[in-house]
Amino acid sequence: MSELVDARGLSCPQPVLDTLAKIAAMGTGELEVLVDTEASKENVARAAQGKGWKVDSISEEGGEYRLKLLGG
Amino acid sequence: MTNFFASRKGIISVGLVIGCLAALLQYLGNPGNMGICVACFERDIAGAVGLHRAGVVQYMRPEIIGFVLGALGAAFMGRDFRPRAGSAPIVRFVLGVFAMIGALVFLGCPWRAILRLAGGDLNALFGIAGLIVGIGIGTLFFRQGYNLGRAQKTYPSVGVVMPLIMAGFLALMFIYPQVADEAKSGVLFYSLKGPGAMHAPLFVSLAVGLLVGTLAQRSRFCTMGAFRDLILFKQVHLLSGVIALLVAAFAVNLILGQFHMGFANQPVAHTQGLWNFMGMVLAGLCFALAGGCPGRQLFMAGEGDGDAAVFVLGMIVGAGFSHNFGLASSPKGVGPHGIAAVFIGLAVCLFIGFTMRKKTA
Repeated sequence: MSELVDARGLSCPQPVLDTLAKIAAMGTGELEVLVDTEASKENVARAAQGKGWKVDSISEEGGEYRLKLLGG
Repeated sequence: MTNFFASRKGIISVGLVIGCLAALLQYLGNPGNMGICVACFERDIAGAVGLHRAGVVQYMRPEIIGFVLGALGAAFMGRDFRPRAGSAPIVRFVLGVFAMIGALVFLGCPWRAILRLAGGDLNALFGIAGLIVGIGIGTLFFRQGYNLGRAQKTYPSVGVVMPLIMAGFLALMFIYPQVADEAKSGVLFYSLKGPGAMHAPLFVSLAVGLLVGTLAQRSRFCTMGAFRDLILFKQVHLLSGVIALLVAAFAVNLILGQFHMGFANQPVAHTQGLWNFMGMVLAGLCFALAGGCPGRQLFMAGEGDGDAAVFVLGMIVGAGFSHNFGLASSPKGVGPHGIAAVFIGLAVCLFIGFTMRKKTA
């Protein structure tokens, strides 16, 4: 069961902050992050990779992105 | 990631291009160490439309118009135009007002702080230090749950209002072109002396603006974000672009003979170190709380962010306040009420920072 961060509508740097907070709380596992700008998508992916997490997939639907992140 | 400009090499390339072009714009006529200054140029636009009547800083700067329209074009090409609005717009407006007031106490935005240093103006060191301290205070609020709330998706027409305003400003420039030795052409004011009278040729400025707007939108270039990400996340991605801008501008300034190191007699600058510092503490805190440097706010406005557009309007109105109320500095030093305005601005920022915190889930 993956955890979810809904960062849609939040401006920089909130999506990254929320994602990193969740990563810190989880330590390992599967995390999905919802964002609605390309900049947030890139920033969240970069921040997760900086913490050693892998971006497993990014899907787009209706102008929103769902990032699937894997840690551990 | 498929967006090259969002990569490390991409952001460094963009920084190098902006640094080179800024130094060249100065060579081609823009004021000293002001090849590009978002705050100064928005202040000049405020003067051009008569929101203030400081005769030496009135010019419809095509670079700013190009930033927004270039970002709009890049956002459409990159399928990245996302109309959105509704995240505390009045707060963003007020932050824009005080960001401009702080920047005009220092005499420059973060971009110009870097360009001033690249031109040898050591007063910029106080401004950059202040900027970092202001951003650092902002990060403390972020760590405590500060945020301005969510924006909502909205109509495309909302997202194109700021680009349309800029297109309208450009149209005014063509309808009412500058007339030699005339301070007014139709509805637009033009400076006859001072920084407002110094500018590169219109089409060169516009072309550079469009190119920078395009590149910066794609790369998410942000001078405030560079320091914020370093403090908040230990990330140097954006900072690498800002350092590239500094290095490129420094190199081109050396080649063009535009590098003059020292504190005294620097162009469009004063030597009151404390107020260079404090002005940028206020500006940096405003940029941090609003989520982007003034350039980034223009690029976001171009990609459909109505809240960033409100911040931009706040800065333009703030320029009007600065010059109408004696808040802006001049080469002689801070304005008669500039110091009071900095303290009021800091108080407002602290109020916003302390009262807009949500506990994270």
